[in-house]
Amino acid sequence: MAADGRAVRLAEIAKTIRSKNAGVDKVTFDVIFSSRADYDLVCASGCLARAAIAALFRVSEAEITDHVAFEPALAIKFTILREIASGSPGDADIFGSQQYGPLLDVEVRPQE
Amino acid sequence: MAPASASPSRANNRAMRIVCPNGHLGFAPIRTGSYEIGLGSAPDLICADSGSDDIGPGPLGSDVSTSPLQWQVHDLELMLLGARRLGVPMIVGSAGDTGADSRVDLFVEIIKDLAQKHRLEKFRIGYFHSSVLKERLRRVIEEGAVIEGLDGRPPLDLSSLTATENIVAMAGIHPYIKLLDAGADVIIGGRSSDCAIFAAPAIRAGFPEALAYLYGKLLECASFCAEPYAGKESVLGEITMDDIKVTALLPEQRCTPASVAGHAMYERPNPFYEYFLGGHIDMRRCRYEQYDERTTRVTGPEFVPANELRVKLEGAGKVGERFVGMVGIRDPYTVAHIDAVIGWARQQVEERFGTAGYELHYTVYGRDGILGRREPMRAVPGHEVGILVQAVAPDRRLAEEVCITGTRQMFYARLPSVKGTAGGVAFALDEVMAASPAYRWTVNHTLGVKDPLELFPTFLTDGGI
Repeated sequence: MAADGRAVRLAEIAKTIRSKNAGVDKVTFDVIFSSRADYDLVCASGCLARAAIAALFRVSEAEITDHVAFEPALAIKFTILREIASGSPGDADIFGSQQYGPLLDVEVRPQE
Repeated sequence: MAPASASPSRANNRAMRIVCPNGHLGFAPIRTGSYEIGLGSAPDLICADSGSDDIGPGPLGSDVSTSPLQWQVHDLELMLLGARRLGVPMIVGSAGDTGADSRVDLFVEIIKDLAQKHRLEKFRIGYFHSSVLKERLRRVIEEGAVIEGLDGRPPLDLSSLTATENIVAMAGIHPYIKLLDAGADVIIGGRSSDCAIFAAPAIRAGFPEALAYLYGKLLECASFCAEPYAGKESVLGEITMDDIKVTALLPEQRCTPASVAGHAMYERPNPFYEYFLGGHIDMRRCRYEQYDERTTRVTGPEFVPANELRVKLEGAGKVGERFVGMVGIRDPYTVAHIDAVIGWARQQVEERFGTAGYELHYTVYGRDGILGRREPMRAVPGHEVGILVQAVAPDRRLAEEVCITGTRQMFYARLPSVKGTAGGVAFALDEVMAASPAYRWTVNHTLGVKDPLELFPTFLTDGGI
């Protein structure tokens, strides 16, 4: 995070931001950090909390089937039900591998 | 040079070692350098998973592999020659991407051909099938048993079953153990839980179930559990009565607590639980420690047996024949009114072909092509957009006509204030193209069974001379 406490983009502090199928009806998202400090900052900021994810991806919280802070990997992970099952006509991302795009620009604001 | 953890001398504690050369055998070829290092580290087995449902419903629906035959042969040849040279078993699960019976039979034939080609001394091949006949499931449904849906799907009904082409069941450790007991030197498995391929020999040898399933889970994607990122490189896993150690074999790679834990959560909904036929493991209390420079040690998983045996089923059904068209748009007014342009073209299709009996999909790249309605930026499209038009219908002729109409009529869309009146879209190709038929996942369900082997008949045959 910026030393003066300004907001930073998630892409600037996360080591890995990725999405991938978790079975045929879900896409799972992993945001992984290099440092404990960045992981703690993002966890505390709430920018990847369940409600924030629901708002970002325009889904209901019920469509987020899993949401966990996974400390051993310094990661935040969540899983969203697909609108269209992988590979059905109309699905444009069979592997679910490009669904993470909107996460890159998430603003991380240190907690007041 | 192999790291110390891969040196052929071992700890006093009883241990089993498995080399995993590829996380999806055949999908892209094994890299041989790290694999050779693995063969030099005294493995007890060589194991690899060859399947995935990531590849979409097409391969299972049409009963083909998505991996090219040459790469399948390449990987099987490396594994077979290595395993026979060392005199250790080789196990491949979820053969040929889908694990369907035809893919298992194909892999068995490849193994036999390779054994002839290299004039290998006679050995036992064990294999098992995992395709499930629709008729069997029809009887289950008619007898009133519930084939429960996964991920929010309703129970399987007869209409979904009728719309299905092919179904595979996902095996646990059981057929692998049965075939190892029967003396198989090479095992080709049908569709299987990735972790079962590695857990089976470890559990058979008496290692704790919790550690054995985690062992499989950590090894199944080969070098994806190491860093920096490199695909198709071998890794070595060692299980003891107390722990698991995972070692990167490519000299440039390391297994670190972060890379191994990061992999533990890869492509699964939750990093704390892994489900398979017969139970699940709980990884909430796992500990990851750096053991030596390239090895991470993991302890602490718990095994939770299932109250009821339920087998996961995967099934794919054909939606229809498919044609695709492409158009581009540069006029900002037209881009801003793209939904009206699509609406116009859809209306022309409906006037000619009615509203049912086909599917017509528009994917608008540059606006929300990849995320659809979930795209936060869909209100601010790019200065130009590209649109993929897909038409799916029971026969090719109708699919082609719907596609041509749905594509070309975008050219004639009537927008009230458009400046350009000589064509509303740009064509790079003034044609539509035949694509592969469209399939969908019709079955993502579980079936209750009394015996974990009942959907997985096993067979033995010989290879070599």
